[in-house]
Amino acid sequence: MSDVKTKKSEPLFSKKNRKLITNPLDADNPITIQVLGICSALAITVKLENAIIMSLSVLAVLLFGNMIISALRNLIPPRIRIIVQLVVVASLVIIVDQVLKAFVFEVSQQVGVYVGLIITNCIIMGRFEAFALGNKVGPSALDAIGNSLGYAWILLVVAFFRELLGSGKLMGAQVIPADVYEPNNMMILPPMALVLVGLIIWVQRSRNKELIEDH
Amino acid sequence: MAINRESNAYTFIFAIIMVAVVGAVLSIAATSLKPFQDANLKMNKQKDMLASIGIEVDNMKDAPDEFQKFFTQSILLDAKGNVVDETAKENLAGDKDKAFKLDIKKQYKAWKGAQMKKEDMLYPLFVVNKDGEKLYVIPMIGTGLWGPVWGFMSLKEDAKTINGTSFGHQGETPGLGAEITTEPFESQFKGKTFSYTGPEDFQTVKVVKAGKEQDNQVAGIAGGTITSVGVDEMIDRTMKVYTQYFANNK
Repeated sequence: MSDVKTKKSEPLFSKKNRKLITNPLDADNPITIQVLGICSALAITVKLENAIIMSLSVLAVLLFGNMIISALRNLIPPRIRIIVQLVVVASLVIIVDQVLKAFVFEVSQQVGVYVGLIITNCIIMGRFEAFALGNKVGPSALDAIGNSLGYAWILLVVAFFRELLGSGKLMGAQVIPADVYEPNNMMILPPMALVLVGLIIWVQRSRNKELIEDH
Repeated sequence: MAINRESNAYTFIFAIIMVAVVGAVLSIAATSLKPFQDANLKMNKQKDMLASIGIEVDNMKDAPDEFQKFFTQSILLDAKGNVVDETAKENLAGDKDKAFKLDIKKQYKAWKGAQMKKEDMLYPLFVVNKDGEKLYVIPMIGTGLWGPVWGFMSLKEDAKTINGTSFGHQGETPGLGAEITTEPFESQFKGKTFSYTGPEDFQTVKVVKAGKEQDNQVAGIAGGTITSVGVDEMIDRTMKVYTQYFANNK
């Protein structure tokens, strides 16, 4: 947190606002605690590289989306607010997709199919609805960054193990020689992503007992 | 200024303005980025074509220069293997190069969707001079498991021996079907031969189940059977058309 303290804009990084970034990393993680965005966590974690690009794209969409929704929060007619949110996220996703195609073509070839999936990522609509509609632009931006990072680290951990154990590679480079380790095809299939997410949830709850719901 | 955000009039006005603004923003973004995207698509096509003759371009931006070095001619064929159009070296990949500009993916979709007859389809063929050796490059397209698969195949001067391939796909399963683009799969094609005197007696280079491959066959991807079958079908169907041209021009 030291890099945060050196910044001068005190009110924005008040203790309460800093929690907007730190909470989603652990105790309020969008994937493991709120169980949102699971579908994309399964789909794009076969390779680490895809997970990184997906995380950056989600960060861009959520950051701008949260800020736009927050800026318009006193203008949006409550009855069509979900439609407005959908239009904002869909437009942003299209723009991200177009920009990728124009400037990082090779990357867009890799993740083109998945970028469209961001529209259906429940984390985005969830943050619009739960936070941006009721808060100012600054905190909304922090909330977006926090949740994107919380989403990103789960994705990266899952993708790390799936690529490593599923194909013996990391970032496309062979790290375990093929004759030492027979790649486990099961890791590449979606169910193993779910198992890995489950393991993360298990570790998280055993460390922090407050997260365990009592039924 | 008290706005009643619950009123119908406000809701409608807001929706109309929103749609207009979003529509304008998106169309501006799409039109202003289009030239960049088209240039990328063209460079990417050149890069893939180069890959099929064994020239790997690391940076896509170098593709046009390398392309000019090796490609000497483009020919557009009809479904019977007759020459429809030819482009000489100077105009290759330019606006008048009908063979290069032809979108075979679009044509394939139109045919699959029954909007186009098989005999109306056109087939591009590219001629390469690589260090004095004459090569042919043939673009092809087919269907994998989740979407289209495509590729370029280069043949040696006898138009029967495979010199190299470069496959691509839209969304095959990573680690399974998507492996068709990797070196271990593609390198198997090298040196394999088609045999034919025309389309009737055409013997393809088959992609078969991994482990079951015999001479002149290629091992498919384990766990990517549908994709492998798609590649096999694509090669067979496409090559049959070109054999007509090669049989008459050999």
